[in-house]
Amino acid sequence: MTGSRAETATAHTLSLRVDEWSGHLPGQHVDVRLTAPDGYQAVRSYSLAAPADDCVIEITVQRLPGGEVSAFLTDIAMIGDELEVRGPLGNWFVWDQDDPSPVLLVAGGSGVVPLMSMIRARDEADIQTPFHLIHSVRTPQDRIYGDELTRLAAQAGGPSVTWLYTRTAPPTETRPPGRLRQNDLDDGSSRTSGATPTCFICGPTGFVEEAANHLLAAGHHADRIRTERFGGR
Amino acid sequence: MVHVTRGFTGRHPATDDRLPPGQYLTDDFPVLSAGPTPAIRRDEWTFSVRDGDQALRSWTWDEFTALPAEDITVDIHCVTRWSRLDTTWRGVAIDDLLADVDTAAEYVLARSYGGYTTNLPLEDLLDGKAWIAYEHDGDDLPAEHGGPARLLVPHLYLWKSAKWIKSLDLVDDDDPGFWESLGYHDYGDPWREQRYQGD
Repeated sequence: MTGSRAETATAHTLSLRVDEWSGHLPGQHVDVRLTAPDGYQAVRSYSLAAPADDCVIEITVQRLPGGEVSAFLTDIAMIGDELEVRGPLGNWFVWDQDDPSPVLLVAGGSGVVPLMSMIRARDEADIQTPFHLIHSVRTPQDRIYGDELTRLAAQAGGPSVTWLYTRTAPPTETRPPGRLRQNDLDDGSSRTSGATPTCFICGPTGFVEEAANHLLAAGHHADRIRTERFGGR
Repeated sequence: MVHVTRGFTGRHPATDDRLPPGQYLTDDFPVLSAGPTPAIRRDEWTFSVRDGDQALRSWTWDEFTALPAEDITVDIHCVTRWSRLDTTWRGVAIDDLLADVDTAAEYVLARSYGGYTTNLPLEDLLDGKAWIAYEHDGDDLPAEHGGPARLLVPHLYLWKSAKWIKSLDLVDDDDPGFWESLGYHDYGDPWREQRYQGD
């Protein structure tokens, strides 16, 4: 582990130097395995947060209440520690940067991590494919990558970014706080008009179910909607 | 080689000798699938056993649910590492569905509404090892868990238990299904941790 930085009060980004990393696709994940002195092991999957920087990869870990692995990674792991990593894994929830179709990204909470990997890959490759991110968070303080997304969105040709607040919104926000609604996504759809967007939805299961159903109701085709549901803990 | 992680002691959650390696127990029923949940109306649902392009047998919902059904209690194991013990289902044994079918095929490609597929050896669906299930926990199978009906093959990782099942295609060649062509293991035995290609 070569770096650790707090993104929010509960989310940390870890940098890991992996021998002979041959790169990965935006949206892929890794399995992280921890081993206790008595041999007990725990493995969890974490989305890669950014394109690899040579042999250094990044994951962003949301600390879960009672999370056996997430709490270790955010609170105890230190620079210099060795972790076991397997990957890259997952070839489905990935953005093909040669595909010119506009992209609609819908994230609930830390579901933004694999989507940020896509946004960063687009930025790094200087690709102009229209991207729109809708990120549902509880409060402004829960905006993972908030500053970077604000900066990217302000650039010419940058992605457009909308935050939706479920509990507390900033004073400038006109949308009342609340869960994802149909018209939240209608607006997102209109921003990628002109061609059928590829949609990526990531977040807790209930959020993904609602978002996918809203997109279907808005006329998106099921075969253009890819989902990643946080299944386990 | 096992590498001990500095500072990690682990919570050692309750285990059970019915828990395959690398799995943890949960009481939740997480949902994992690749796209939106298909909404299939029962009056539109049909299920077929096919040989190539030809349907050997086909059932409507009413016909299917009139078949002799079994109550099933099994442990299930997801490749994302959660397991549930003693889950209860009701459905029709594949043995019964294939009872009159005479085939030389050794493999099956399960096809789902929504386009999902998964491949299995035929023998893994026979001898009381697999069902088409339409009830879970005493209720109709919810759409997000594969309703109206799903394949249930509890001795393999759960991605083999295709949700929203539409047909079982008897095939001579073992061509990979959806996840199998995306890097997952062809067979998927939880006790041998066959998660990804090469395991």
